[in-house]
This record gives sequence, C-alpha cells and structure tokens, in this order.
Amino acid sequence: MPSALVNEYFRTNKLPQIWCPGCGHGIITRAITAAIDKLGLERDKICIVSGIGCSSRAPGYMDFDTLHTTHGRAIAFATGVKMANPDLKVIVITGDGDATAIGGNHLIHACRRNIDITTIVFNNNIYGMTGGQYSPTTPKFDKGTTAPYGNIDKAFDIPALAAAAGATYVGRSTAYHTQLLISLIENGIKNEGFSLIEALSVCPTYYGRKNKKGSAVDMLEWQKDHAVNISAASKMTPESLEGKFLIGEFKNSPEPEYTSEYQKIIDRLCKE
Amino acid sequence: MKSKARLMQGNEACVEGAIAAGMKFFAGYPITPSTEIAEIAAEKLPRVGGKFIQMEDEIASMAAVIGASLTGSKSMTATSGPGFSLKQENIGYAALAEVPCVVVDVQRSGPSTGLPTSPAQGDIMQARWGTHGDHPVIALTPSSVRETFDLTIRAFNLSEKYRVPVILLMDEIIGHMRERVELPDAFEIEIVNRKKPTVGRDQYLPYKADEDLIPPMANYGEGYRFHVTGLAHDETGFPTNSPAMADKLYRRLMDKIEMHKDDIIQWEEENTDDADVVIVSIGGVSRAADTAMKQLREKGYKVGTFRPITVWPFPEKRLLELASKVKTFVVAEMNLGQIALEVERIIKDKAELKKVNKVNGEAIYPEEIIARIEEVL
Amino acid sequence: MNNNETVTDKLVVNENWCKGCGICVKFCPKNVLKVENEKVKVIDIDKCIQCGLCELRCPDFAIYVRGK
Repeated sequence: MPSALVNEYFRTNKLPQIWCPGCGHGIITRAITAAIDKLGLERDKICIVSGIGCSSRAPGYMDFDTLHTTHGRAIAFATGVKMANPDLKVIVITGDGDATAIGGNHLIHACRRNIDITTIVFNNNIYGMTGGQYSPTTPKFDKGTTAPYGNIDKAFDIPALAAAAGATYVGRSTAYHTQLLISLIENGIKNEGFSLIEALSVCPTYYGRKNKKGSAVDMLEWQKDHAVNISAASKMTPESLEGKFLIGEFKNSPEPEYTSEYQKIIDRLCKE
Repeated sequence: MKSKARLMQGNEACVEGAIAAGMKFFAGYPITPSTEIAEIAAEKLPRVGGKFIQMEDEIASMAAVIGASLTGSKSMTATSGPGFSLKQENIGYAALAEVPCVVVDVQRSGPSTGLPTSPAQGDIMQARWGTHGDHPVIALTPSSVRETFDLTIRAFNLSEKYRVPVILLMDEIIGHMRERVELPDAFEIEIVNRKKPTVGRDQYLPYKADEDLIPPMANYGEGYRFHVTGLAHDETGFPTNSPAMADKLYRRLMDKIEMHKDDIIQWEEENTDDADVVIVSIGGVSRAADTAMKQLREKGYKVGTFRPITVWPFPEKRLLELASKVKTFVVAEMNLGQIALEVERIIKDKAELKKVNKVNGEAIYPEEIIARIEEVL
Repeated sequence: MNNNETVTDKLVVNENWCKGCGICVKFCPKNVLKVENEKVKVIDIDKCIQCGLCELRCPDFAIYVRGK
C-alpha cells in the first residue's frame, strides 16, 4: 500500500512515474497533492491542466479531472475551463520552456486578467523531454545541447515576470524546501486570482550532467545552501546575499478576479 | 419574436445560429472579415448566461474553446485565413481528443496577410488537411445569410454528435452580405447534444466507442475524474505506445466520419437531370453560378448546378452519379483550383473538367462563368 | 506491487517504485537509511524519529512514515 496521501490523490496503477532517478518533479507533484489535501478542497471540482514536457506528465498520475494539452498552451486551455465553469479549481502544471518560451504570451495575459488559476512552474532550467536544450531559465553561460559553447541568453526571473504582468499571488520555492513549497501552493490556490508559484526542480540527467552539478542529492544541497527566504533577506547585507537566490512569498495583493467580474456583467444584463 | 424578418449580415446570422444551437462560450481574436462574429458574440452571450473572452491570440482562442467544451459548454471560435493557420495546432488536438467545437473561417485572400480583406476561397484544402497527421474533420459552406444561420446550428449539432471539430467555411462575400431573413422559432430548431456516459466513474472508459464508433463524453466537474491528452491513447484515455492501440484509435477517428457520411453530407443541385454542363461551386460563388445557369438556360443551353453544402467529406457519391451522364463539369472557385482537385479525383475521365478561377480579390461574376461555358458548348 | 514492500513499525519502503536516487538517505537526520543495489534499505529503524523528511522529498513516493 502506498501512503495515505498517495493512495488518495494518485492514480497508483500508473506508478512508478516515468521521470529519471532523482528528478525533482516527483517531489513537487506530491507537494501539490499535499497542499490540496490540507485545503480540503472538493475533490471532483479540481481540474489539473498541463502542456508538454517532463513536468506536464504529472497530471496523468493525479486522480482528478486532468487535461494534458499542447506545448505551451496549458494556461490557454485552463482559461477556457475556468471561464466556462468557474466552480472548478483550476491548477496548471507547466515547465520553464512550456510556460515562458512557447507559452510566454499565454502566461503574461493570464496574469494580466487575474483569472483564478494557480500555475506551478516546474523549473528545471532545461528542456528535459527533448534531451537537454537550453531554456529561457538556463543560467547565462551554462550549457545545453543547443548551447554547446555556453548560453548567451539572459534567463527569465519567472516570479518577477508574473508579478509585473499582474499575477496577484507570486512565490518561489525549491524541491528541497518542500514544506515552504506546500504552503505557497496552498496560499496560491486560496488566492482568488492568478497565482504563480515557481518550483525550482532538479534535473540531474540533462542540466546537471551538462553543467557538472553532480547528483540529484548534490543539486538539492545546492538549493539548500543558496536559497534565502525573502523575509530574512531584508536583514542581510548585499555581500552576504552574493550568489544567493530568493525564495518565499513575493507578492500577495488580491484584486478583483476575472470570472467574478464577468459574472457581474451577466448578472447586470439579466436584471435589465 | 425571432421569426420576424430582419435585415441581417452573414456574420450576424452565424452568431444567431450559434446561440440558437446552445453556444455558451466563445473565444476569439480580432481579424477581418470575421470580427463582427466576435463583436456580436461579446454583446449577446452574457445576455444568455454565456461567456465571451478575447484571447491573446488565435492559438489561445482555439485552446480556450476546447477547455470550455470539456466542461460541457458548447463552444465556438471565428477567424479568417491567417488566424485559421494558427488554430490548426489545436484543431488537431480537438480531432484527436474528440472534443466537440465549431471553428468559423471567413475566408479572405491569401496566403499570408494577402489582400485584406477581399474575398477568397483559398482555405478549402486547409480546412481538410490544415493540421498535421491523418485526422477527421467536417466542413460546411453556406451560400446565403439564412443558410449561415442554419449551418451554424448544424455545425454545432454535428460536432456534438460525432465529437469532432466542425469548420464553418464561409467567405467574405457571405460574411459581409446583408439579406432579409426570417429566422425560425426555437421549437422549430433541432438541437443535438453530446452523448453522455450511462455508467459511473468506476466503469467509465472515456475513449471506448459504442457501435457507432463514438465514445460517450463526460464533463469535467461531474466526478468522472478522467484524463484527456493529445497523445495517442487507449480506451482509458491514457497514453499508449502500443502500435495496435494507436492504429485502432487513428482508424476509428477516420471511420467514425466515414460510417456516418450519409448523415453528414448535404448538397444542393438544380437542373441536373438533363444537364450537359454542371457548374460546381460553393459559398459566395454559388450565387454567380446560379445566375449563370439561369441565363444560359434562357438561351436554351442545358446547364445545371451542383453545390456541396458539406465540403468535407465531399459529396463524392452523388458527383460520381452525375459524372455518368454529364459531359462537362465547370468548377468555379475563388482560388487556383482546390475543389477542382477533388472533383478531378472523383470523376476521373468519366466527364470533362473545366475551371473558372479567380484570385485577384474580386468576386467571380456570372459573365465569367458564362464565357467559360460558352467555350465548351 | 506489495510483494516488494518493506514494512517496519515506523516506515514503509516500496522497492518497486524506488529508483535509488539517495535523496531520502542524504536528508534523513538520523541515518536510518542507505542505498543498496540501487534501492533504499532501512538499516537502523530504532533511530527513526518519524520526522517524515524522507517521505516529503522522495520523488518516487517510495518511502513513507506509518500512521501518517
């Protein structure tokens, strides 16, 4: 028997999952179900939508209404689901390439609308499914199969992008900082509006190997040693923040939600 | 109230038809000459409790339509050539995942931005083969404002019945033409809704087809907790790498349309009984064809017309019957010969084929068809 | 799946799902676990305090704390 959580929320007959040994995606996927469990949401009113890539295989393992769409389009499909049936809690699972390269336009517009969708970006800094090409979050000068001499593109800061585009709840955690990740996802789902949680994953197979980052364990240790919670960062000197990255809740500023605003139009017209 | 005669544009009739069919969701992106469809849908849908959304692009519109349909909402998008190209990605998804939806393409001159926004009929083959891979599709073409109303309803009905994306292939002539129309009352309109599962969650196989090759469809949010994917899948809906299962799926998708061709295919013909020459045309061109036929009849020539209403699948059986007695088919179309390709494939050498083609952004005039036929006669 | 399960009074390990990545071993604060033949093994269950860090970070859902 699997654990009670896994038994409850996973399609256990589809396990074990296809991800490589040590891939952080399984940790993040479990964290999502833990957040759903804590919130006690109505099980049959949850719809999980994904695009294409390693991360987007997650919904296939999760026992909800699940929608595995085309590359980059998860948020656009999810927008249709949510608009047509606002009673559904819609969660998007996407990757760094899926969400910010091919799906970048859909991402910023969903942020702008503040439609009630919680998007969790599994960021492994690489295109894993196709074998290790550099992505919009591959750090500058790191290598990918399509950046054999080092990547000269500047990486996206996904939470900053989402916050600037209008998302009303934004946070970042890592596969290592799993408890924080669960609480951010919980708060993201609770936020009535567009929430984005960047979950830094680890890809030991492609990104790790190409860039000599060691094993999955080494990569998680790196996350542990280099992450600074935003609440602690304000008390730290710039020198001590050198080479670190921030995690935690970056934005929590509720605004009117899109489908509720549309419902107001319907209600007003139906009164006329 | 609706049965009162009104002066109406083709694009408006499309929205009226969609709402009469039960449309509750529209996602679109502005593009001439289809924009009125989005504008009118934006105005009318919230009045009937439906939803309109202007998405960030055509790809997203098509995606949103599929998402909405999966919750049980009858959904539609509308566009023109350049946007139709962008929608192809997710039209393929809808075909594979068998999600009912209606896609309106008000054709304009192309390729690319072309001649905005002059009429054309250059998307006939794109409607059939626009997305990659073998896939089923139904495409309907109206040639009047009233028929636009009727065929939009029919597009919804066929898409619900066969779980397939249905293309309403209009052209700028029909989209922007105004005619006096009298719309039927709601009780006179036949509405078809998708087949629902009769079993509970434990027994539900979302892609197990009945004998009619169509699987019953649950809605998201009803407790079935099922999986939908654009990957080849088995009856459970989950991805499969089995060659046998993939083969079974792809063939069923095509066969479900093939099996029901007689229900799907409609055409109209006039004066074909004794015709030596039959003009084949669709949409706006059929109006010129009709005038040409009548004028030639007045001159004593035995000319008839054949108008596929269902363009895909093409009315092959009837055309073949006609080919055994007709000397010449004249295919008139606002492209360089797309319907003609299909006609040629069907009639082979049983009859002669002549073409009238125009791609300069102007309509085909009756005189042009007459001149071509007089060459033959 | 059940025939390859190690059940102790504190932890359960599913060897069928375990891919031997060693994450649980590394982050176990009490050194209860090790990887052997590419699978996790419980080597000192007495030390286990059921903190759940192994379960929290196991990407394969292959280890969990009993009674939780």
